[in-house]
Amino acid sequence: GGGSLLCLSLSAARTHVSYEVKDNVAVVRINDPTSKVNTLSRHMQAEMVEVMNEIWGNAAVKSVVLISRKPGCFIAGADINMIQACKTAEEVTSLSQEGQKIFDQVEKSPIPIVAAINGSCLGGGLEFAIACQYRIATKSKKTILGTPEVMLGLLPGAGGTQRLPKMVGLPAAFDMMLTGKNIRPDKAKKMGLVHQLVDPLGPGLKSPEERTIEYLEEVAVDFAKGLAGKKVTVEKKKGLVQKIQDFVMGLPPVRKQIYKTVHSKVMKQSKGLYPAPLKIIECIQTGIEKGNAAGYLTESQNFGKLAMTSESRALIGLYHGQVTCKKNHFGKPERDVKKLAVLGAGLMGAGIAQVTIDKGVATILKDTTEEGLARGHQQVYKGLNDKTKKKSLTTFERDGIMSLLSGQLDYRDFENADMVIEAVFEDLSIKHKVVKEVEAVIPPHCIFATNTSALPIKDIAAASKRPEKVIGMHYFSPVDKMQLLEIITTNKTSKDTTASAVAVGLKQGKVIIVVGDGPGFYTTRCLAPMLAEAVRALQEGVGPKKLDSLTTGFGFPVGAATLADEVGIDVAAHVAEDLGKAFGTRFGGGNVEVLKMMVQKGFKGRKSGKGCYVYGAKSKEKKVNSGAEDILKSFKLTAPPAVSADEDIQYRLVSRFVNEAVLCLQEGILPDPVQGDIGAVFGLGFPPCLGGPFRFVDSHGADKLVQKMKRFEEAYGNQFTPCQLLLDHAKDSSKRFHK
Amino acid sequence: MLTTNQSSYDLFCFILQRSKKEKCTFHFHNTTVNIFVAKSKKTLAKPGVKNIVLVDGVRTPFLQSGTIYADLMPHDLARAALQGLLNRTGLPKDAVDYIVYGTVIQEVKTSNVAREAALGAGFSDKTPAHTVTMACISSNQAMTTAVGLIAAGQCDAVVAGGVEFMSDVPIRHSRRMRKTMLSLNKAKTLGARLSLLGSIRLAHLAPELPAVAEFSTAETMGHSADRLAAAFGVSRLEQDEFALRSHTLAKKAQDSGLLSDVISFKVPGKDIVSKDNGIRPSTMEQMAKLKPAFIKPHGTVTAANSSFLTDGASAVLIMSEEKALAMGYKPKAYLRDFVYVSQDPKDQLLLGPTYATPKVLEKSGLTLNDIDVFEFHEAFAGQIMANLKAMESDWFAQTYMGRKTKVGAPPMEKFNSWGGSLSLGHPFAATGCRLVTTVAHRLQKEGGQYGLVAACAAGGQGHAMVIEAYPQ
Repeated sequence: GGGSLLCLSLSAARTHVSYEVKDNVAVVRINDPTSKVNTLSRHMQAEMVEVMNEIWGNAAVKSVVLISRKPGCFIAGADINMIQACKTAEEVTSLSQEGQKIFDQVEKSPIPIVAAINGSCLGGGLEFAIACQYRIATKSKKTILGTPEVMLGLLPGAGGTQRLPKMVGLPAAFDMMLTGKNIRPDKAKKMGLVHQLVDPLGPGLKSPEERTIEYLEEVAVDFAKGLAGKKVTVEKKKGLVQKIQDFVMGLPPVRKQIYKTVHSKVMKQSKGLYPAPLKIIECIQTGIEKGNAAGYLTESQNFGKLAMTSESRALIGLYHGQVTCKKNHFGKPERDVKKLAVLGAGLMGAGIAQVTIDKGVATILKDTTEEGLARGHQQVYKGLNDKTKKKSLTTFERDGIMSLLSGQLDYRDFENADMVIEAVFEDLSIKHKVVKEVEAVIPPHCIFATNTSALPIKDIAAASKRPEKVIGMHYFSPVDKMQLLEIITTNKTSKDTTASAVAVGLKQGKVIIVVGDGPGFYTTRCLAPMLAEAVRALQEGVGPKKLDSLTTGFGFPVGAATLADEVGIDVAAHVAEDLGKAFGTRFGGGNVEVLKMMVQKGFKGRKSGKGCYVYGAKSKEKKVNSGAEDILKSFKLTAPPAVSADEDIQYRLVSRFVNEAVLCLQEGILPDPVQGDIGAVFGLGFPPCLGGPFRFVDSHGADKLVQKMKRFEEAYGNQFTPCQLLLDHAKDSSKRFHK
Repeated sequence: MLTTNQSSYDLFCFILQRSKKEKCTFHFHNTTVNIFVAKSKKTLAKPGVKNIVLVDGVRTPFLQSGTIYADLMPHDLARAALQGLLNRTGLPKDAVDYIVYGTVIQEVKTSNVAREAALGAGFSDKTPAHTVTMACISSNQAMTTAVGLIAAGQCDAVVAGGVEFMSDVPIRHSRRMRKTMLSLNKAKTLGARLSLLGSIRLAHLAPELPAVAEFSTAETMGHSADRLAAAFGVSRLEQDEFALRSHTLAKKAQDSGLLSDVISFKVPGKDIVSKDNGIRPSTMEQMAKLKPAFIKPHGTVTAANSSFLTDGASAVLIMSEEKALAMGYKPKAYLRDFVYVSQDPKDQLLLGPTYATPKVLEKSGLTLNDIDVFEFHEAFAGQIMANLKAMESDWFAQTYMGRKTKVGAPPMEKFNSWGGSLSLGHPFAATGCRLVTTVAHRLQKEGGQYGLVAACAAGGQGHAMVIEAYPQ
């Protein structure tokens, strides 16, 4: 009759949320037609409210199933753009309160709602799910649950900080919300985050993805009926451990101790540079100690405050940057790389081989000695085997992946290689020899990529018969952990070669920046002056520990002295000397001889057991290498008091980094500030809370930075001379690197 | 065409390699109508290729594990089947050139169970024997190995078979414990021995139990079957109905004495056993009460619609046709083309029949319509139903098998009409011979020309064989 007609016309107008009633169960299907993922946009929320009200108004409906029609995504979170569009904290707070209100209605629904989860269920998506009465998730590899808001400098602002602790307990809730980590379905079941798991299906009469969603829906509908008919109960019998834990958590002094411990842990790890974790603790604490109303209010207010912080803007900027750097802007390459050869089975070479076979690409790993090859092979195996221990890979998958690796000492099968990445010793004459040897055996279409961290690509390409096929692919160590890949093109590199290198990098799971050629390209060039300044500070008597705490205190994840040890003192010396020659006194500061002397004494950093620190001892406390201290004493410099306060030292280090980054943009080495920020943060550990050197200039103020640099320039000279672009920004405050 | 002069029609058929039209009976409005359906081929005999025949086949009664056979060892059961074959065929023991036997769960003491059983069954100690293993198609592998030996001209008479004994399975010490025990053997001093003994922890004493699970995926077969059934949308009801059908047909076959391959076996210390003991026709209501056995609580595979753990052994005598005739035998069937297939052990673990059927038909130049008797191994009702649906699907054939069209599902009236593994039992490595012998017996009884055996096996493998009736 009229009713159903009305219903039809209404649902026809909806684009994101639809529903049908099957056997008194309303199946609500979510699908944002404009995007690959579902987000809780204003549009989605409005339709959801409309649909839920219709369902609640329909007496025939006894239960609800909430499911996404997208195979890899339930709801990936709130719409970030919606939050970013807000101008004031109050606006964001009211957004949060709207969300809280919707989910409160969901929680108090008179009929049970089953969230059927397949794919990512993150942020607002998880908050929605935990407001439902029952949760069923598929065991698909794509199914992940989590509250990643903290990684964007925010907090779960739609009731998450209030509901999660009650659902999974205080410790687990802190862990989820403070780390933002993804939780796999089996773990989620154990934690009590979901009630039932459904296995993903293989081929049947439909594609596995399609049928799995259908199956999930069938199972969820059955449970919804069971819940409505009281045949399924939500409350689980608690085990003894759970009961004890609940009892202990019920004691206020215990909870107080937990808040204290968590707070001090967060302060230790974040150095107080990130406001979000502290606000999250506050929300949870308020909710538990002062009740729901206070908790929800604190949550929405803190959410509003956080959205306005520079830290959140920086982190969101990085998020957007990362999305951009995970796309191929050079088109589809003419050929797919089906076989890749890596030359040199050292740390880098083996790492590159590992991330390549991991994505199903057959890889040759060639070395010149059997010992080198065996070590590299073991590194790859260990990398994969560690994944089996974490259960992200089965031993059979590991073996299958390993079967794609061919370790060899000769050039057999190079005639079938589509790309060769060399990771041999950083010496131009050796690289030239390798280019010639390889070009004698590879097919004409094969790309020659060089994994150098400082040698200009054009110098290496000089030995090539086909420079259009030569490109730089600068990986970061350890390759399987570091996300960044810096691709370097010369003016002769063809667009297709670039497209192919980017495609390979993306396949390897990398975040990619593409920069111009020159000594040190972008990343190494930014790092070198900062390390030179670090050496100077050490010569001036700032101890390695103090130097580390100054840099980590600024937000660098690894202190400068430790970083030098990790990179390798020999590599640092090499780079400092090379770039020093190329750029002159601007790259001066610390004396290169310090590094050289350390190398001579065998203090090559972590890999040799000694660098700035002594490694290998089991004690937690790292000990400073007294041998290195002696060397530093013999090169002692007097610290000019005017520029040697703690903050001065921090800014000396950072301003040289930032100035060089801006100069790279000015010179055209860097195509844009976004890639500059991504490269600095993901490759060099530039403080994420600052969002990268360019965002830092924007938020700190170019003028203030230039003022500081002028002061340093007076003491030290041209190492602190601001580049023209930085001066331009200092002069005109309307100039910004990011809109 | 029925009026065609019979002898010239025979010649015509022979020249075209087409079979004579065959009688088919339909029931139409209570009137029996006989029509004739043309076979694609009259025979699968090929010039220059040896005809290989099944002389006879027997099996011990298949018993639920842990029942009357519980105190035996695997080779005892195998011996019973071999002796039964000798008795049934009157075969002189030294006429056998070779013995091939299948087994899945190995008793470590008799790892070449073929040889131990043959010696115990009184075969000549000059007859070599080897054991093969290929999960649920182990005795199929034993039979095709025999076919290969005969076809290659190396043997004339081969005994093949298989045994499975689930009443006792090897349960091992943990790897850590084994390592300690092995080191203990090598330890020279008392001190070294004591320190090794001291290293034993309580956790090391936990035993390792064998599981019917894939090594590659760690998924149990029942779990995989449940997912397969779900993937093909097979309902619990369909599965229970099929299981009930299997039990009902098996009961009928048992009661009417059709299961003539079963031999009587005097179990030492126990009574004579002469019947399978797992056939239990139940009711749909009773079956519906069972809870899912693997995927809980929403799965569909239950104990009642799965094959059960079974003890049993089977044996067949395979010969070249010439040899069989020379020895005065009347063979039961020709063993013709066969194939082995394999696919993804995770999501397509039990789809062997779907892949093997069109392949072996193509090889033989037959179509599904040419087959009169189907014997498929029933691992799970859900697995059979999933295979039937896959065989009926053009989409599946095109998307996953690289074929233009579906092969089609076998008509149910020709399918496992004397029961199957669900009801008769499934001693893993003995089932293959049961399938082949049953096809031969059904062809004799029902009067068809061609039979098809198909089975799935752990590891994502499968097998199919075409069997041709021996002219009666």
